[in-house]
Amino acid sequence: MGLKTLGAATAVALAMAGAAVADGHAKVKVGVITTLTGGGAGLGVDIRDGFLLAVKQSGNDGIEVVVEDDQRKPDVAVQLADKMIQSEKVDILTGIVWSNLALAVVPSATAQGKFYLSPNAGPFQLAGKGCHENYFNVAWQNDNLHEAAGAHATSVGYKNSFILAPNYPAGKDALKGYKRMYSGDLAGELYTKLGQTDYAAEIAQIRASDADSVFFFLPGGMGISFLKQYADSGIDLPVVGPAFSFDQGILQAVGDAALGVQNTSQWNKDIDNPANKAFVETFQAEYGRLPSLYASQGFDTANLIISAMGKADVKDQDAFRAALKEADFASVRGKFKFGNNNHPIQDIYVREVIKEGDVYTNKIISTGLTDHQDVYAAECKL
Amino acid sequence: MSSILIIEQILNGLQFGVMLFLMAAGLTLIFGVMGLINLAHGSLYMVGAFAAAAVAGWTGSFLLALAASLAAAALFGALIELTVIRRLYARDHLDQVLATFALILIFSEATRWVFGSFPLFLNIPEALSGTLTLPGGIEYSRYRLTIILIGLAVAVGLFLLISKTRVGMRIRAGENDREMIGALGVDISVLYTLVFALGAALAGLSGALVGAIQSVEVGMGEPVLILAFVVIVIGGIGSIKGALAGAILVGLTDTLGRTMLPWAFAVFMDPAAASSVGSALASMLIYILMAGVLLFKPTGLFGSA
Repeated sequence: MGLKTLGAATAVALAMAGAAVADGHAKVKVGVITTLTGGGAGLGVDIRDGFLLAVKQSGNDGIEVVVEDDQRKPDVAVQLADKMIQSEKVDILTGIVWSNLALAVVPSATAQGKFYLSPNAGPFQLAGKGCHENYFNVAWQNDNLHEAAGAHATSVGYKNSFILAPNYPAGKDALKGYKRMYSGDLAGELYTKLGQTDYAAEIAQIRASDADSVFFFLPGGMGISFLKQYADSGIDLPVVGPAFSFDQGILQAVGDAALGVQNTSQWNKDIDNPANKAFVETFQAEYGRLPSLYASQGFDTANLIISAMGKADVKDQDAFRAALKEADFASVRGKFKFGNNNHPIQDIYVREVIKEGDVYTNKIISTGLTDHQDVYAAECKL
Repeated sequence: MSSILIIEQILNGLQFGVMLFLMAAGLTLIFGVMGLINLAHGSLYMVGAFAAAAVAGWTGSFLLALAASLAAAALFGALIELTVIRRLYARDHLDQVLATFALILIFSEATRWVFGSFPLFLNIPEALSGTLTLPGGIEYSRYRLTIILIGLAVAVGLFLLISKTRVGMRIRAGENDREMIGALGVDISVLYTLVFALGAALAGLSGALVGAIQSVEVGMGEPVLILAFVVIVIGGIGSIKGALAGAILVGLTDTLGRTMLPWAFAVFMDPAAASSVGSALASMLIYILMAGVLLFKPTGLFGSA
């Protein structure tokens, strides 16, 4: 895989080396800051690979991409953003996976007149009062998938959920989002350490509670550890969660423990539209693995930029911003538009983890929320 | 809070402590005997976990996987001792930190090169999966119980090795006066390589044991390494007994703190806020414990001045 990724990156670099600019506009330079090493690297790698694939497929040589690794550390992300803005002179920043890093980088980047397009993190601070005309979120507001999980739990009749998430901005958004649309009682509510991998203490508390269901948000390796330990604990309460803990990149590592779990997502590989079919096929051909939610978000982000480039010059900020806001691209998730706060209005689906041959994956079983917008949009003055 | 839950949490704390002991024992041996700060110890933990996951994937046998983790970590330990670490004994700690930090980066990138960025799968063996009902009606994971037993067995084995055998005598002697033991005809460099490989093997074993219940991914060693350092500071540098006591203390404090603090705060706060404040404080607890121990025993619980 390493070689293929490198190949893709080289291809992009070669495509960019041509000085000719196709449509007469100035080149657009995009800085991708994402997590490529350490814990959670799989997420950043998927965002990057999805992004580069879209750039490569577009054949547009007016876009230049620089990729850097934030190691999931806020201080490193801030340094990289400064470097990209000041010495690399990028026009657009994107790529950040984690909400705490996004909160450290986005306000200063937009204040310096750069566009920031989030392919993942969507903390509420940036969706409500802190919204900015140059900040667009191409994934979701953090609460969205959790709201859908809460709505799903209510609709299937869970009455006493035990809920847990890591103690960081997105974790708090998660529990708030779940509680917003879940109408039953709570058997317990827990915050865990970010990056924690041992959940014995939490699982013991779930066992001791009289919960009838468990909702958890633990992205990346945290979710793998939790699910494996939960499956081994002998507790057989039904589990619901957002897509992050049941995503393509981690399902193989979780194995049978995840089978049958219901989770919520705005994207899945079986969404039936031509853009998505082509995306799943070409991603698999290029990288030799199924795309994940994160890859789909990276892919959409690049296509959004490319669609705006066809309409406006990035140096004319107002025109470029208007072009971004139109969201005139074929999103792999189907219907997609921006609300007043530059966050998505979209459908969110309920999926179930299944096994296809030897590969664990998801299939959509119902639509959780239709044309869903976040609650913070009302506070945003855009 | 029921007594069953408390006992279960004490067992969880013990299991976590024993796992930390496997990490800290190697670290403290290497520091005590050779005076070397090895930041790459966490990488050996990762090597053990990846070796176990790879071998379990090929053969399906958990025992072979454990053997592979020991062998791979010991091999890589010996290899870096011979090529890099050996040149660092005479240098000061800052050089050692710098060089072994470089080793972390090299190990992480190499692992990513070989296995990719996505977590690997390592399952609990069939025979150890599920729970066991202990006296008093406590349901507890068979696998975690096995980790506790393995950890305690290793602790006893290490104690016997250090206090009763000839190799142990040399290790202890090397700790006190490395020139003198060299002058008495003991091949110091072979002894050091052996001790280093032993420490590495323990880290690898711990990585493999934990890998089966957590995710096997690049960078998994670093958070554990920090805790292992806390353990040896609390226990006293160079002391196996201290490492065991420190590890169990840290394991219990962390696990019980995580459960009890949010629960205690919930008495006078609303549950969401209590959970948030309680868990924030719980994650500081072991550092507060470390500060407290150092206040009264500056060299750690079993450290010599």
